[in-house]
Amino acid sequence: MEIIYLLFIVVLAGFLGFELIRKVPATLHTPLMSGSNAISGITLVGALVASGSDNSILTTVLGTVAVALASINVVGGYLVTDRMLSMFKKKNK
Amino acid sequence: MNNIVTTINLAYVVAAALFILGLKLLSHPDTAKKGNFISAVGMLIAVVITLLDQQIISYHFILLGFVIGGAYGAWKAKTVEMTSMPEMVSLFNGFGGAASLLLGWATLSSMSMMVLNTASVFTFLTLFFTILVGGVTFSGSVIAWGKLSGKLSSKAVIFIGLRELSIFHLIAMVGIGYLFATDPANTLWLYCAIALALSFGLLATISIGGADMPVVIALLNSYSGIAASAAGLATGNTILIVTGLLVGASGLILTNIMCKAMNRSLMNVLLSGFSTPVEAGEKIEGEIKVLAAQDAFYVLEAAQAVLVVPGYGMAVAQAQHAVRELQSLLEENGCTVDYAIHAVAGRMPGHMNVLLAEADVPYDQLYEMDDVNPRMENYDVVIVIGANDVVNPAAKEMKGSPIYGMPVIEAYRAKTVFVLKRSANAGFAGVDNPLFFKENTRMVLGDAKETINSIIREFGDD
Repeated sequence: MEIIYLLFIVVLAGFLGFELIRKVPATLHTPLMSGSNAISGITLVGALVASGSDNSILTTVLGTVAVALASINVVGGYLVTDRMLSMFKKKNK
Repeated sequence: MNNIVTTINLAYVVAAALFILGLKLLSHPDTAKKGNFISAVGMLIAVVITLLDQQIISYHFILLGFVIGGAYGAWKAKTVEMTSMPEMVSLFNGFGGAASLLLGWATLSSMSMMVLNTASVFTFLTLFFTILVGGVTFSGSVIAWGKLSGKLSSKAVIFIGLRELSIFHLIAMVGIGYLFATDPANTLWLYCAIALALSFGLLATISIGGADMPVVIALLNSYSGIAASAAGLATGNTILIVTGLLVGASGLILTNIMCKAMNRSLMNVLLSGFSTPVEAGEKIEGEIKVLAAQDAFYVLEAAQAVLVVPGYGMAVAQAQHAVRELQSLLEENGCTVDYAIHAVAGRMPGHMNVLLAEADVPYDQLYEMDDVNPRMENYDVVIVIGANDVVNPAAKEMKGSPIYGMPVIEAYRAKTVFVLKRSANAGFAGVDNPLFFKENTRMVLGDAKETINSIIREFGDD
């Protein structure tokens, strides 16, 4: 049952993603990509548990490096997207 | 489920809703900044609430990792040049892939002997998939980054046996996957999986040339999301599954748009390294007419409607600010200025739009190909800056051309076309451009930025 439930989530999230992104205009495709860089840093959530639990040294090291890499994506991704989006201006009349 | 687990999962639901809302707001330039902020709030909630997890007993290493990663990310985000965005995005794709790979590895290494023997095959298959996709994303992105930043040659590297080697990799992946899932306690299969993934990512990217990079970056972007999602399946973490798939879908849609814009299938792009270049069927007749920047000025001064078609060359010459200045002068002169941006102009989706936005060009003056083609005859002058293949009429006229069938901006239908270019050589696709030989085309040779600046000076002297 657990597997079916997870696959259900996969299918729904996939379709939702397609519907959402299809509406993003070409002008915003670069910020969309850097923004999705940031969002894919969600791996951080999983890495936190691996890094902070009472595990072997190997697990802690792997988890900590994963935390560092995912943090680059989260922090860098959101900041650079914000920097880019600040540049988009409408014609002022 | 105890209270803390329930609280964490509820917070994940909120975070997922915020990500979805954030992406929805990204569909318009006016609301996009707010959308990015809302998405960041979702991330903050997800991260902070996870720290409550009872499995976490020490915060030292978490803090260490976060400070190092966060500082590097912030520095990179503040200092990166807009022209270098493709490199940065592909580097970040790589980091995302590597993080998923390491998370998969850490999950496996934290399993006790008992868990290794009792966990389901599904868990190990998803772990294997996480490591595979994460590894391919990482090594592929590093190669893409190297090609885009000029550290590696941007030419497609092809050698004999490449196809056989790739097929061998795919077969080996199935075999190792089976061994990994049935005998997870043996770390040899894990190392084999990592090695296979890394070398496959390298092989798949090294054989793709510079002009196809927009497709590759979009595809790797998608992979980084899929890897995160697979890690979520392996660890039973729903927020990873949902969020990873949002990114995966986004990358796939962009990949599809890029492929359509080149009239090629994804398979054709990925395997292009294996095909031999097509011989040009026809010789192009005519001669190139060169125009000095000063003379270009006289034509522009009399123009009522001008269309600018930028390409990667504008980014290389850093000419976007000069273009913007020329736009102001033309508009003061009573001329309308529009921009036409082809979907594959530049080295990543939307690259030209960001460069022009940086130079203060309003986004409502940027048009897509299908918006400008029907009214091309109304433009007095089309200025092509550092673009080649996206305005190549061979796509329409020459059946033998490798780019035949690709939708292009039909600049040749305008009254006059100025092509700003270093030399009259072929573009990245290696295809001759009949546009250069058309009756109404004038080549303004030299560095694009210099050329525009000398036109601007003429306006000043006037």
